[in-house]
Amino acid sequence: MEDLTEHFVELVRRTSSDLPADVEKVLKQAREREEPGSAAQSAFDTILENVQMSRGGSRPICQDTGTPIFYVWYPEGWSQRKLREQITHAVRIATEKAYLRPNAVEAISGKNSGDNTGVDFPTIHFEEWEHDYLKVGLMLKGGGCENVGRQYSIPSAEFQASRDMKGVRKAVLDAAFQAQGEGCAPGVLGVAIGGDRATSVIKAKEQFFRPLEDANADPELDKMEKQLYDEANQLGIGPMGFGGKTTVLGVKMAQMHRLPASFFVSVSYMCWADRRKVMSYYPADKRVVIE
Amino acid sequence: MPTKLTVPISESDIRALRVGDSVLLDGVIVTGRDAAHKYLVEKFIQSPSVPESEKEIYAQLKGLLAGGGIYHCGPVVKKLPSGKWAFVAAGPTTSIREEPYQADVIGYFGLRFVIGKGGMAAKTLEGCRKYGAVYLHAIGGAGTLIAECVKEVLTVYKKDEFGVPEAFWVIRVQDFPCVVTMDAHGNSLHAEVKARSQAKLAELVKS
Repeated sequence: MEDLTEHFVELVRRTSSDLPADVEKVLKQAREREEPGSAAQSAFDTILENVQMSRGGSRPICQDTGTPIFYVWYPEGWSQRKLREQITHAVRIATEKAYLRPNAVEAISGKNSGDNTGVDFPTIHFEEWEHDYLKVGLMLKGGGCENVGRQYSIPSAEFQASRDMKGVRKAVLDAAFQAQGEGCAPGVLGVAIGGDRATSVIKAKEQFFRPLEDANADPELDKMEKQLYDEANQLGIGPMGFGGKTTVLGVKMAQMHRLPASFFVSVSYMCWADRRKVMSYYPADKRVVIE
Repeated sequence: MPTKLTVPISESDIRALRVGDSVLLDGVIVTGRDAAHKYLVEKFIQSPSVPESEKEIYAQLKGLLAGGGIYHCGPVVKKLPSGKWAFVAAGPTTSIREEPYQADVIGYFGLRFVIGKGGMAAKTLEGCRKYGAVYLHAIGGAGTLIAECVKEVLTVYKKDEFGVPEAFWVIRVQDFPCVVTMDAHGNSLHAEVKARSQAKLAELVKS
């Protein structure tokens, strides 16, 4: 199997320092909607300037480079074990080069491992697929936004949400409200309906790879995504919670099969620094594309 | 039009600020997170006298903090060939962890501001009102831009004891952009936004 470590290092560098074009576009549009002279507009100006400076200098957009979360789709016959070794090694190298901050600390003692590796760190999800090329998605998800994610178990007495789209809508709006600006709003909401407590959150986070302005293939979910995008923005929380017209940059939803007894709605919150990139490697001509 | 603030700042200049005001900060400030605040409270504020071993740093910090402020930040730093330090990424950390300590530190050391993100709670808000200080919210995620506002790293205290992110970094900043979200008159933008968004949420889920 090919050694792709250096390409994985480049994937990390790009993800950490180069905000995706679709995210930057939506941030610029949000900036234009705010009142001239408002704190909200000033926040967007600072954010957009920072995006440019980071891209120009290969510097981390944010000092919290978060958890590196890899999703790997690999062709039949490739070794998960070797891919994991290469990815983990690449994360170490990227940390030495300061594309990443050393962010892996022991759970109880708080001792930093120094190189961004540790027990189940970084996070790598594997899936074999039918294509003959390798696709690796990387997102860097910081602690501030991770802390404002929520998982709802419906129905609940507290909540008056039923096991239907109405209930899902209430859960998502509640999550956007509870987060206020603390996840470095305006954020992206990744929503999964169904699954168990673990798979539901993984699926929710997978939604962050979707382009911000895409449509959901499921018409019912597509309708709800657009409705929730509009309604969450009506909350008026604004960038950083300063008050403003843009509170979320997008709402992306998916559903999965579940047990009859369980109905989870997982809402993962991704900060405005929505750092994600996808690398494709074509073994036939050893071509690498990162976008 | 942002308000220019230059350290040291007078009480009247601080009391003139209101929530929502944009600010550009110049001057020498000190970073401090969890270890730093615990140290200031335990070694100085709650201690009957300044411990002998801490007298030097106490004198330095007193001078730096009076009329100035603390920035809640754990920077990524690098050492330059000259031996001096530089800031690589320096966005704010979540401030609420310092809530137990902040008002007392403001009062004792005469701080005119604290900088961070996410705001702070009632005890700090009351401390701001009583002592004449504000909470300045920096832009979360603006790691590179804020590092560029740090023109010089003057010195660092307690780096070996607390580690790089938790140490007292003494830095000279220029045009550091912040927004006043808690003023010296008991107003908190965080409380206002929460109340407004809560009312809107209630309206949305009723329909």
